[in-house]
Amino acid sequence: MSNVTSENTAVPRSPVVEMRGISIGFPGVKALDGVDFRMFPGEVHSLMGENGAGKSTLIKALTGVYGIDAGTITLSGAQVSFSGPAQAQAAGISTVYQEVNLLPNLSVAENIMLGREPRRFGGIGWRAMRRRSAELLAGLGLDVDPGSLLGDHSLAVQQLIAIARAIDVNAKVLILDEPTSSLDADEVAELFRVIRSLRDQDVAILFVSHFLDQVYEICDRLTVLRNGTLVGEYLVEELLRIDLVQKMIGKELTTLDDLEQRAHAVVVDESDAATFVSASKLGRRGAINPADLPIAAGEVVGLAGLLGSGRTEFARLLGGIDRADTGELTIRGETVRLRTPRQAIARRIAFSSENRRDEGIVGDLTVRDNIVLALQADRGWFRPIPKKKQDELAQSYIQALNIRPGNPDALVRNLSGGNQQKVLLARWLAIAPRLLILDEPTRGIDIGAKAEIQKLVFNLAENGMSVLFISAELEEVLRLSHRVVVLRDRHVVADLENDGLTVDSLLTLIADGRVASDDEALAEIEPTPTTQGGTR
Amino acid sequence: MSGLAKVVSHRLFWPIVMLLVLFAINLVAFPGFFTITVRDGQLFGSLIDILRNGAPTLIIAVGMTLVIATRGIDLSVGAVAAISGAVACSIILGSPEPGNLATVAVAVAVALLISLVLGVWNGFLVAVLGIQPIIATLILMTAGRGVAMLITEGQILTVNSPPFKFLGSGFWFGVPVAVVIAAVVFGIAALVTRRTALGMLIESVGINPEASRQAGLRARGLLFAVYTFCALCAAIAGLILTANTAAADANNTGLFIELDAILAVVIGGTSLAGGRYTLFGTLVGALVIQTLVTTVYTVGIPPIATMVFKAAVVTIVCLLQSPTTAASISGFRRRLAARAGKGLAAS
Repeated sequence: MSNVTSENTAVPRSPVVEMRGISIGFPGVKALDGVDFRMFPGEVHSLMGENGAGKSTLIKALTGVYGIDAGTITLSGAQVSFSGPAQAQAAGISTVYQEVNLLPNLSVAENIMLGREPRRFGGIGWRAMRRRSAELLAGLGLDVDPGSLLGDHSLAVQQLIAIARAIDVNAKVLILDEPTSSLDADEVAELFRVIRSLRDQDVAILFVSHFLDQVYEICDRLTVLRNGTLVGEYLVEELLRIDLVQKMIGKELTTLDDLEQRAHAVVVDESDAATFVSASKLGRRGAINPADLPIAAGEVVGLAGLLGSGRTEFARLLGGIDRADTGELTIRGETVRLRTPRQAIARRIAFSSENRRDEGIVGDLTVRDNIVLALQADRGWFRPIPKKKQDELAQSYIQALNIRPGNPDALVRNLSGGNQQKVLLARWLAIAPRLLILDEPTRGIDIGAKAEIQKLVFNLAENGMSVLFISAELEEVLRLSHRVVVLRDRHVVADLENDGLTVDSLLTLIADGRVASDDEALAEIEPTPTTQGGTR
Repeated sequence: MSGLAKVVSHRLFWPIVMLLVLFAINLVAFPGFFTITVRDGQLFGSLIDILRNGAPTLIIAVGMTLVIATRGIDLSVGAVAAISGAVACSIILGSPEPGNLATVAVAVAVALLISLVLGVWNGFLVAVLGIQPIIATLILMTAGRGVAMLITEGQILTVNSPPFKFLGSGFWFGVPVAVVIAAVVFGIAALVTRRTALGMLIESVGINPEASRQAGLRARGLLFAVYTFCALCAAIAGLILTANTAAADANNTGLFIELDAILAVVIGGTSLAGGRYTLFGTLVGALVIQTLVTTVYTVGIPPIATMVFKAAVVTIVCLLQSPTTAASISGFRRRLAARAGKGLAAS
């Protein structure tokens, strides 16, 4: 690693990575078309673009996952051609992908050192491995036992472990693909601290994220792609956000503003609607403390809280994914015990998981099969949905949700994240739910798809569907919800009408500002009645 | 060219090529290979032999395909085949009229019913107790032979019952009964899983069990169904095998047939990782395996080299199907095309 000097801030030096005229084609698609891209040492660079813009493809070209059809890649002045990620890694290019690609059944230390285990007498030096992992984890400020199983940790911690793994390689270039999508504010701050320290050691960092705030906070330079072509390279400080968004989507974004106005219009209309579902002292040990939650027909209720606050856990009880061990659930006046998702679906409650890959899509099935799956399961196997009806369903949702590619026979795993999310939405809409629970439906997807999904939630609620909406983005929660329920430390701490609520006021409720480590400050908010506003 | 590339990249391309190559080898070694003659109103010929001898493997492979599609595997099919043969033979032997059609019907019915119980047992271990399928079915694989041994009391039960023997070596409108039974099992499985939503739901559970559960699928019920069906297939195959030799041998009926069945499924292009399955591929796989055995005899490969020959052919098929091979073949073709393109540009 070169020495750290004030040279960092000097005029641009020669780029460490330079890609020129990169083209990659897949059967039927041109994923990248003559794209130029460069990265400088000691800079945090961002790659921006909608889903399908070619960001992932470009990263995979750089890391040797895909071969390129045309163009050149230069690393530290020398032309390179990697035949796989291992070669790229050996050359100093490390990657942390969007989905955690580690082995849950191995220990944390084994995951961090996998493939580079310290050797001792021809075997693995277990002690050195543990020590090295512990150092790396400590460097990230993570209190994790290196000997524990990876699978025992939350998704967020797994993500940080993946980053620890990437940092361990003496990386010249570190690629972080959506590293913050499953992290809460504290963890993001922690990650940024690590990114800055690596940047100061002259590492070139590629930070890919859909969170504009984060991009503007951490990045020095960014490259915008659209539909597989280069739009341009910009210094972050010289590019206004609104300009960036326009460059990314190539059109003016007015949909979001529309929503804002309509949100408040609906609040008034629906204030006296009948309660569709009501949770009463519903809880599950180790997941969520007993809490009340009534949801009216046509109401959008937002759940706000940090990762691990119990927001997902609570929603899972309502969706029948996990069984509640206390309390009861009343659906249209009838008390029910949901033991399986199937029973929830039979009562037209749909739960769309935040974990798209493991709990959502069925990757090797087609778009059509994925869309009809829940409906078909509900009908039973011996009453197949006629082929013609399936095609109609698939076609209508592909059009309504603008799913791309619009081919019902495409395998879902080949779709981009945003389009997979839309396929999942289509699956749930196909069963005509009365209550749709959306857990982080807009995570890791581009701004255009995000706006489309938000708009959809709105239209659904207007037509009488209840929606329980969970998102880490408080702006989004506020924009969409009629009511916001705030959770902290597995307790419901507030249940508020969305009338004059601001992000700041929510943040104060969720924690004492962004730094939630101050226990005393938390304790002051603690006495808030946990079921305030529970009965309306 | 692109049409050809499409054919070559089809997952059944190499298995079918293999089958055709084996046919060609047989034809060279034995010019009358494709000849089918009618003797006493019954079809005879090498191809008919392949179909008849391959029927038990095919029947089991059909059940195995569905089990594998759910990410499972059933090692107990050989043992279940042995049990069903033993049950049927002991009932026939214990009856005062072994040649009576009703006796045989009862024997077959009881054998099949018992296989359903065995299938439910496997399904219980896998779906309810959550034991890994390879371990769960290993239990019955080893214990099952013991059970069969208890039923036969350690003897080889030889029966003299024409209606029973008919199942193994009889003919029905000129076609061997075993082939008819295999065709019916295959047809029913294909029809039931592909005409209803069952096939799609099975694949869904095999690809992503948790997503399937959240989508409201009854994964447990599906697992029970496929393991029970697989055991039923095994029992049918066991009856054919036993009837063919008119003897129930607890130790040798259906010995290693689970491996042939799994191999047929894999050659047919269904991944052991579960998910998408193809029954037609399994049919091709079963035919490849049986043709291979026939080839060994027609070409006259010495018995001591038989296993090695079989292993070599299987290795070749698996190599041809591996994604790595496919990638390097397409890479080779691309380089060839690039070179040809350059040559054109230069001239």
